[in-house]
Amino acid sequence: MATPTNKIDVQNFSFYYGDFQALKTLNLGIVEKRITALIGPSGCGKSTFLRCLNRMNDTIRGTRAEGAIFLDGQDIYAPDRDVVELRQHIGMVFQRPNPFPQSIFENVAFGPRILGITKSRRELETIVQQSLEGAALWDEVKHRLEDNALQLNPGQQQRLCIARTIAVKPSVILMDEPCSALDPVATLSVEDLMRRLAEEYTIVIVTHNMQQAARIGLHGVSSGSAN
Amino acid sequence: MTRQQTHRIAITVMTIVSAIVVIPIIMVIGYVIWMGISAVNWEFLTQAPRNGMTEGGIMPAIVGTVILTLGTAIVSMPLSIATAIYLAEYAGDNRVTRWVRLAMVNLAGIPSIVYGLFGLGAFVLFAGFGTSIIAGSLTLGIMTMPVVISTSEEAILAVPQQFRTVSLSLGASKWQTIWHQILPQALPGILTGMILGLGRAAGETAPILFTVAAFYLPQLPQSIFDQTMALPYHLYVIATQVPGMPVSIQYGTALVLLGFVLSLTLIASLVRTFMRRQREW
Repeated sequence: MATPTNKIDVQNFSFYYGDFQALKTLNLGIVEKRITALIGPSGCGKSTFLRCLNRMNDTIRGTRAEGAIFLDGQDIYAPDRDVVELRQHIGMVFQRPNPFPQSIFENVAFGPRILGITKSRRELETIVQQSLEGAALWDEVKHRLEDNALQLNPGQQQRLCIARTIAVKPSVILMDEPCSALDPVATLSVEDLMRRLAEEYTIVIVTHNMQQAARIGLHGVSSGSAN
Repeated sequence: MTRQQTHRIAITVMTIVSAIVVIPIIMVIGYVIWMGISAVNWEFLTQAPRNGMTEGGIMPAIVGTVILTLGTAIVSMPLSIATAIYLAEYAGDNRVTRWVRLAMVNLAGIPSIVYGLFGLGAFVLFAGFGTSIIAGSLTLGIMTMPVVISTSEEAILAVPQQFRTVSLSLGASKWQTIWHQILPQALPGILTGMILGLGRAAGETAPILFTVAAFYLPQLPQSIFDQTMALPYHLYVIATQVPGMPVSIQYGTALVLLGFVLSLTLIASLVRTFMRRQREW
């Protein structure tokens, strides 16, 4: 096995909300096709850092970044970087399951459709099936794809959100405390899924939970010292 | 007096006052039905007026009001929704936005007769449309814009932030997010505001007085550059300008107008209820 390479390299990266410096000159590497867990107390900047990786913080007024974050050797904060295009490569799963109030099928098909990945209905159906299989949800929903996604239970909703994310074929998946709104059984099924996803994707997860980090995280980064 | 007693008295007073508010509404509607129902029949709804408008029906005025309502929607809807999207999703708190909002507040407060005079000057005379459906629709459209803009903006802002975030995180552009996620979810609210705005426009007399309404025009309009009769103006005419007008025809006309406006309101409520049921956030 070749030595693992860094998918993402963070170099002297700082981040500000107005005058408040939330991240202070971070340096770290995120290894390809591994799960990297960010652990630390509330408010230490874990989520902020995660949201810097796909530049979701750009949508907040008055924020500012310094330094560089390299994805596959290219700085995602370069002035000419296309942010919309960047987010196709870096998917994100949020703290609370947040499916669109549409059918299960439409939730997964939304990304491929707007990105123009395919025009054909049959290919779209294939992508939806593969994504739902990839998120270990297909067997539970294959007979009810037209049902409203909000009828699923929270654990299923969160796996649907993961299916929706992998439908646009990213190489990195960011997860912001993806199990904090789930019960223990649903949590275990999502953690199972994460371990399987790590064979194909680079995963960065924020968690409060040391046990969870131990269960899934191969590379823990304590960010307690970041602030 | 104990706090419980004060509480009970306050509740009683508020219940009575609320009930009093309902009484005038029931009385107005009841009175119009009582006085007008005898005149409303198939002939009244499908025939043109005859014999100095004292006989026959009000069909041209009904058709005219329907056309003007549609025209108002065509003018008002795209402009209002575009403005609402800009205000809700793009505009920051800058000088331009403050001016737009100030303009909207002031537009909402302008008396409808002033809109009528503005329509006369701007569309009938300056733009050269003459007294016509297009001039009337533009006038009514501008008049309804403030209320449609503010209800649409509220509907857009009511869509939870998480859906914007998710859509962007999937690689959608801001416009794709608005078009594929925000607008469909805001649509019930937007339509409700639109229909209520149209209900107001359909019942207005002053804005159409100089811009489109015909005193007596038994044939239907052939193009958007023709005049047309319209229910509110027709009601004004037969109530004040025609001697020897049977009272039942006046109230029959009022009843038809009231029925039209109330059905628009009813449609708005149905749209809201039906589309609400489909989303659960």
